[in-house]
Parts: sequence; structure tokens; C-alpha cells
Amino acid sequence: MILNDTSIAEIKRRMAPYPRRKSAILPALTVAYRQVGHLSNEIYREISDIIEVPYIEVAEAASFYTMFPKEPVGKYLIQVCHNISCALLGADSLISYLEEKLNIKKGETTSDNLFTLVSVECLGSCASAPMMQINDSYYEFLTREKVDKILAELKQQA
Amino acid sequence: MEKKILFKYIDDPNQINIATYIDHGGYKAWEKALRGMTPAQLIDEVKKSGLRGRGGAGFPAGLKWSFVPKDSPKPRYLICNADESEPGTCKDRVLLEHDPHAVIEGMAIAAYAIGSHLAFCYVRGEFAHPASVMERAIEEAYRKGMLGKNIFGTGYDLDMAVHTGGGAYICGEETALLNSLEGERGMSRIRPPFPAIEGLYSCPTVVNNVETLASVPPIINNGADWYASMGTEKSKGTKIFSLSGHVKRPGNYEVVLGTPLSFLVNDLGGGMLDGHKLKAVIPGGSSTPFLKPEQIDTPLDYESLAAAGSMLGSGGVIVIDDRTCMVWVIERLIHFYKHESCGKCTPCREGTGWLEQIISRIEQGEGKPGDLEKIDSICDNILGRTICPLGDAAVMPIQSALKLFRDEFQYHIDNKKCLVKSEFEFK
Repeated sequence: MILNDTSIAEIKRRMAPYPRRKSAILPALTVAYRQVGHLSNEIYREISDIIEVPYIEVAEAASFYTMFPKEPVGKYLIQVCHNISCALLGADSLISYLEEKLNIKKGETTSDNLFTLVSVECLGSCASAPMMQINDSYYEFLTREKVDKILAELKQQA
Repeated sequence: MEKKILFKYIDDPNQINIATYIDHGGYKAWEKALRGMTPAQLIDEVKKSGLRGRGGAGFPAGLKWSFVPKDSPKPRYLICNADESEPGTCKDRVLLEHDPHAVIEGMAIAAYAIGSHLAFCYVRGEFAHPASVMERAIEEAYRKGMLGKNIFGTGYDLDMAVHTGGGAYICGEETALLNSLEGERGMSRIRPPFPAIEGLYSCPTVVNNVETLASVPPIINNGADWYASMGTEKSKGTKIFSLSGHVKRPGNYEVVLGTPLSFLVNDLGGGMLDGHKLKAVIPGGSSTPFLKPEQIDTPLDYESLAAAGSMLGSGGVIVIDDRTCMVWVIERLIHFYKHESCGKCTPCREGTGWLEQIISRIEQGEGKPGDLEKIDSICDNILGRTICPLGDAAVMPIQSALKLFRDEFQYHIDNKKCLVKSEFEFK
């Protein structure tokens, strides 16, 4: 089993309000993603067993939603918003700066498996541009100094 | 002018707690509605207030509620659309994070008005923090007796839950949202039937935006006439505008509808960043047509923005200065719409991809004679030919840019480079 007892209990809790079990697919995928960091066929099978819907229906829904990585990512998934409001305030140069600092290209993971860097579409933080999301947290009004501090803190925490 | 109704307590960090919310007059509207008003009276009150949907389409909220059949034997559902994803728009997140009970109270009143006993708040997947704030607030509301069984001793039951999405812009479109909530891929449905007749699980359903629902409690507390006294003839009340881009003080600002765009940009936003000149404004989120600098005094209301050739949309005001290449702007936008097209309708699925290829080519200095005419033709073949408005949303900014800034596109094709050099260094 990949999903731990906490996640399984959380999925069951989230199933409760729905009149139909299938509605729990997305919340279940979210719980799995938060535990594991990415989704996989094995996770779809486990979710299928927990919420009692066919495997294919879980896989079919999951494949539609790009928010969930389908391959392993680093401990910290850095998602830089590169849509218009962030782009107007330098999102592209923010990505370049992160590439330089982490010594990887966009889409890659650092050799210590700590950071994965990707660009994403609008994260709904337009008035706080430029910004990035690392795992579940938003980091806004970014400057080089702020980015340096954030990366240093995350490295220390790891 | 700035007027804080939805944002009255937005800066109070304790507003997320039900005790503070109640101290500030919270849940009085819910009690007033449930104890003293019939669903029909509530719907009439919201109709009279002139409240229009704040998610983008601007459909009258009370009228939408009135479409739910009174005699349907099926369960009815109320859904709060918190899948805020329109580039330039970031107002709903603020309400969810800082005043969650206002959203819950609005949802409760709307649910009662349509006879619903189960309501969902569909929060976009990336909004982990807002979703957890809402979940905690819903738990508090249950404990305080604002939700659950026999609310205020009236015999009315209402359950509420948060549903988290998966980061797909299309799920902000109400029928795609319904599919997503049912565990399907988030693809739009053909209408009719409209959700008010056949929505979630084929039952009558109302989907309203976060800001729309948060506007309901003040209307019930103060009356429809109070709300309708603010704004213009067809645009009543206040609206939160998300101001972003090249301004000194970006942020979310609540103003009375009809306030000039210049007041938002210059007075509240502090004017242009780094002393540069205004080149264009996107007034209602990335899907709305551009305004030129000479239109900076356009009143921010549904009718004035339509007359100016654009739309109020979701209120995402994006300010663009004269350092910016408009081909680059359009490339960024069409990439988004191509990425977010659900793929159900051929004109949108294929057309957005084709547009992205051509526009990227032009931006990279590889444009060819005839490209602009091809873009015009593809846009014409997408517009109005898709099930949901995503196709139109992709096309409108492109058509607008080609109308207002065609010379920049032509310069790119002829000279293989930008007319203006975009230099946006993050500092």
C-alpha cells in the first residue's frame, strides 16, 4: 500500500457529504497527492478500492487535471506562475534565476531530489506578482533576496 | 469611489473566527432570512437589489435563483464557485481566506432561497490554504448551529462541504464544474438543459461565484433598495477589482460600480510603475478586450465597459505599460487558453493550438506574410462555435489586439523582431 492510514481515513472523511461515491475522486486524488507528491496507477487502484468506483474512472479523471504530477517530483515542487500578471513583472526572469540558483532547467529536479522547478498557469495571485507556489504554500511579491531566503530556509528544513 | 462592504473587516485577522464574525453583525442576515422571509421573498429581494453574478458573465443572481423549479421532487443543490482561475483575477481568494463566514452565510441564504439542503464550495485545487480556512469555518458554523439540523429551531436543515478541484481553469465554467464535482473530467455540458433545471446529479442546481454569494448577507441586512442605490442603472452595488501589472500599488480594491477606471489605476493603484506610460488595460480578466490609454476614464460598470468595446468580466484589471510588446502579451494569453481548453469542441481544441503555433512563430521572429489574415480567419471560426465560453475567451483578446495593435504584429512579421523591447526583470 502506498496510501497511509491517515490518508485513507481522510479520504473516507471526505467521501461523507456526497450522495454519489464518484464525487469523491478529486478530493481523494488531492489527499493522495498531498501525501505522496505525485499520482500513479497504483494510487488510482488504491483510491478505486477505498471509494468503490472502477479503477478506470479514477484514472480517467486524474489524467485530466494537470495540477497533479504523474511522475515523482522533488521534496519541494516549485511552481512559478508565468501567466500575464506575473509575466508583466518578471516571471520569466524569476524562472531563469531559479534555474541558475538550483542549477537545473525548468522541468527538472535537483540531483539531491530536493527541488523540482516547473512553470504553471495563473495561480490566482495576480496582485501579488511575481509569485510561486512551493508545495501548498504561496510565496508572493518575490524579489531575488526573498527567493534566496526561501531556498535557504527550505534547504535547512530538509 | 472606494466603498468597503465586502471588505469592511477584511484587514481584521480575527474575522475568520465565528465569534468575531458574529460580533461584527455576522449571521444576522441568515437568521433574518430563515426566520422571517420565504424563499420567494428572498429571491425577490435579491432580484430588486440588482445583484449580478461576479464571476464574469454578470447574469442577475436573483433571476438565476428563480429558475429553479418550485415543484421539482428532486433534491436541489447550491454550489459556490471558488474555482478562481481567470488570469488577472484574485479577489475570491481574499474573501475565502479572510472572511470565510461571509461566504458561508451567503451560501446558506442562497441555499434556503432555492430549497437546497446540501451546498458545496468548489475551491480550485491550488488554493490549499483558502480551502482549509473554509473547512474550519464550516465546522465552526456547524458547532454554532448555523448549519446542520433544525437551524434556529425553524426545522430547516442544511449541510455544507468543501470540494477541492484539480487546477483546471475550465472548471470555473459552471457545467464543467458540475462534471468535475461528479468525478468526471471537467468538460462543459451542452445547454439547455440549464443547471437550474438539470445540474448536479441531474438535479436543479444553482452555481454562484464567491463574491456574488458574499454580497447577499449585506443585501438581506440592509435591504434591496440600499444596495440598488449604489452604482449605475444596470450595475448595482460594489465590486472588487483585482488590480495587477504595471502599477505602483497592485491589490484588490472594492469600489462602487460606475467608478472611473482612472480612479482605480491612479488613485488606488498609485499610478504607473517606474514612471512609464500606459499602453493598454485589460479591464475584466484576461479574456476581455483591451482598452487604450484614452479610455482610462471609462466607468467600471457592465454597460460602460461594453460601450467601450470590452467587458467587466471578473474584474481583473491588468495594467500594461509602454515597455510591453503586445505580441508577447497575446502569445502568453493564447498559450494559457490552449493549455486550458478541455478539448471537447473541435474549434476550441484545434483552433487554440493553431493560434498558439502561429502567434509563437510571429513572436519568435518567424512570422510569414498572410499570418495575420490566417489568425483572423481562425478566430472567426472559433467565436460562437463552442459549447462553453472558453473559445470566445481565447479569441476576444486576440481580435482586440489585432484591431488595436495590428502594426506591432505586422512589424514582427516584416522585421523579425519586436517593435518594443520587453524587459521585465524581476528585482
